[in-house]
Amino acid sequence: MVREQVAEFSIQYVQALDEDGDLDESEAPDLDEETLREMYRLMKLSRRVDERAVALQRRGELGTYAPGIGQEAAQIGSALALAEGGWMVPSFREGGAYLARGTPVHRLLWYALGMEEGAEVSGGNFPPSIPVGSQPLHAAGVGWGQEMTGAAEATLSYFGDGATSQGDVYEAMNMAGVFDSHVVFLCQNNQYAISTPRGVQTRAETLAQKAVAAGIEGIQVDGNDVLGVHAVVRHALESARGGDPVLVEALTYRRSMHTTSDDPTVYRTEEEEAEWAARDPIDRFERYLLGEDVLDEAEIDAVENRIEEELADEIERARAGREGVDPAEMFDHVFAEIPPALREQRAEFERGRTGQYDRERTEGSERDE
Amino acid sequence: MTNELRLVEAIRQALDEELARDDSVVVYGEDVGVNGGVFRATRELAETYPDRVYDTPVAEAGIVGMGVGLAAYGLKPVAEIQFASFAYQAFHQIQQHAARMRARTRGTLNCQLTIRMPYGGGIRALELHSESFEAGWAHVPGLKVAVPSNPADGKGLLAASIRDPDPVVFLEPTRLYRATRESVPEGDHVVPLGEAAVVAEGEDATAVAWGGMVPETLDAVDDLDASVEVVDLRTVSPMDTEAVLDSVRKTGRCVVVHEAPRTGGFAAEILARINDDALYHLEAPVERVTGYDVPFPLFAREDAYRPDADRIRRGIERALSA
Repeated sequence: MVREQVAEFSIQYVQALDEDGDLDESEAPDLDEETLREMYRLMKLSRRVDERAVALQRRGELGTYAPGIGQEAAQIGSALALAEGGWMVPSFREGGAYLARGTPVHRLLWYALGMEEGAEVSGGNFPPSIPVGSQPLHAAGVGWGQEMTGAAEATLSYFGDGATSQGDVYEAMNMAGVFDSHVVFLCQNNQYAISTPRGVQTRAETLAQKAVAAGIEGIQVDGNDVLGVHAVVRHALESARGGDPVLVEALTYRRSMHTTSDDPTVYRTEEEEAEWAARDPIDRFERYLLGEDVLDEAEIDAVENRIEEELADEIERARAGREGVDPAEMFDHVFAEIPPALREQRAEFERGRTGQYDRERTEGSERDE
Repeated sequence: MTNELRLVEAIRQALDEELARDDSVVVYGEDVGVNGGVFRATRELAETYPDRVYDTPVAEAGIVGMGVGLAAYGLKPVAEIQFASFAYQAFHQIQQHAARMRARTRGTLNCQLTIRMPYGGGIRALELHSESFEAGWAHVPGLKVAVPSNPADGKGLLAASIRDPDPVVFLEPTRLYRATRESVPEGDHVVPLGEAAVVAEGEDATAVAWGGMVPETLDAVDDLDASVEVVDLRTVSPMDTEAVLDSVRKTGRCVVVHEAPRTGGFAAEILARINDDALYHLEAPVERVTGYDVPFPLFAREDAYRPDADRIRRGIERALSA
C-alpha cells in the first residue's frame, strides 16, 4: 500500500492599506497623485449614484436597483487596473466598475429605468448579467479569443460569492485554464447572496481556493482596500495576458440591500453592519489621502460639489431619455434583419397603437369560393 | 459540379470550406478535434486548422457560454453539442445570453454563434440521445433553428448559419447522417435560412415536414393514390409561412409531420398560422402525425414511437377522406 501526499496548496491574503489608512509600501501599487485622486472621485461618485438611485427608486422613479455601497474599492480598484482595450464582463452590481470604465451615469439610470438603452455597450464592456454566475463563461470566451488572436489584452469578470456555487463558474475557470484564456475572475465576496450568508454557500474555507480544482491561481485580497485590490488585480491581469487565468477573491461587504426589493434587517445584525461600517473603503482611503497630503478638506468639498452637479445633470438626462422611449423598438433588435412573422407582429402592434386593432386578415378572412 | 456525399460528409465539407473562407471561424466541442466528432462530422479538420478546431472539456454550458464570449469578441464560433438532448445543460446559456445579446444591447453586441446538435431517433442510441426539441428552440426569441433533411441542404444551411449574424441552433438528424449519398454542389453553396423547399409537387394535399421526417414523408407519399405536395421547412425559425400557406391554398388539405412529442410541438404553430391566414381554403381539418407525449423510449420501442411511412400515410388519408 502506498499513501503519499500528491498535491498541496495554500491561499494568500493581501492587504496594502489597513483599516486605519496606513499603507504597507511593499504591497502598494505605484500610482501618481492624479490617479489616486481619480480613484477617490470615482469611489465617491459611485457611492452617491447608488444613494441617489435608491432614493429615486423609493420615490417610484426607478425600477429595482442593486446598489454597490461598500464595494467601491473592489470595483473601482479592479476596473482601473484594466487597461483600455481590455474587456469587462460584469454582474448586475457593477455600477462602480462601469463608472471607472467611462460609462456615464445616465446610462446606469436608464437600465434601472427599464430601458435597453442603458445596456447599449461599447469599448469592450458587456451589459449587466442578471442570472447568477453565468457570465464568467463569457469572460472566459472573450479571453480565449484574446489568446487565439494573440491579443496582448485581458478580460475582467465580476461575480459574487453566491455565484461560486453555480456550476458555470467552475466550468468557466476550468475551461479558461484549459485554453489559456486571458481572463481574471474577480469574486466580490460581499458575504451575502441575498439573505444566504457566505457560510451557507460552501464549506470551503476560502472562495479563492475554488481555483485550485481548475488548476489556476487563486488569491484573496482585502476588498475594502482600493490600493490592495488594484495591485492584486493588475498583477492578475498581467498573468492573464500571458495565458494564465487567475481567480481573485475580494473580501468585502455589501453595506446596503441586495436590491431595492430587499430588507437586510431580516437577516443581518446591526453589530455586524457596524463592524463593517468601520472598515468602509472610502473612509479608509480618504484617511490615507489626507495623511499623505494628496487631498485636503477643501479639495474633498470641491470633489463632492462637482459630483452633485454632475449627478443633477445626469438625472435630468436620464429622465429626458425616458421620454423618448418608443415601445415599437422592442421588435427591432431581436435579429439583425427582422423576419416576416415578427414584421407582421410589429405591424399588428402599430395598428393597435393607432386604434386599428381589429385584426386585418389577408384573403384568409373571406371565403373565396 | 456536384459530388455524391452523405449528410455527415456534406456537413464536414461546409465546416471545411467555411474555415478556409473565413479566418474568424472557430470549430469546437467535445471530441471534435482528434477524434473528428463521434459522428465524424469534423474528421481531420483539426489537422488542417490546428489553431481553429478544438476539443473541449465535457461541459455543455461551458461550450455555449464560451461561444457567447468568442462571438462578442468578434470570432465566429461553431460549437458542437454532442447530442441535442444534452443541450438542456446549456439551455440557460442559449436562452438567457446567446439569444438575447442583440436585443438586450440594442445591437451593440451580437452573438454570431452556430450550435450544431445531432438530434432525433432511429439510430438505436442510448437513453437521452434521441430527443427532438425544435419547438422549444423556436419558442426562444432571438434564435434561429435550421434542420437539414438531405446532404445538399446540410451543406448549404450550415454555411448560411455560420455566416448569419444571429445565433443559430443547427439540428442534424442522426438518422440521416449516413442514410444516402446524394448530389451536393461543389464550392460555395448557401441555402438561405427561412426558405422552405417544395420537395414533391402535388395537388390533393400538403405534407409539411423537416429533418428526419422528410424521407419518411416522401416514402409515404410514393405509395399513395393521390398527388401530395411535400414541403420541407428546412428552417423551423424563422419559418417560411408563405411557402406552407401557398401550398395549403392550392391543395386545401394539410398534414404536419414531426418526430417530437405532439403537445406543444411545432405542428401546433403551423396549424395556428394556417388558421390565421388560410383557414377558409381548407377542405378538411389539418392532421398531425407526431411522436407521442412520452419520454423517447429505449430502442426496443423507438420504431413504435417515431412516425414512419405507414403512420404518415394514414394521416394523409385522414386528411384526404374528411
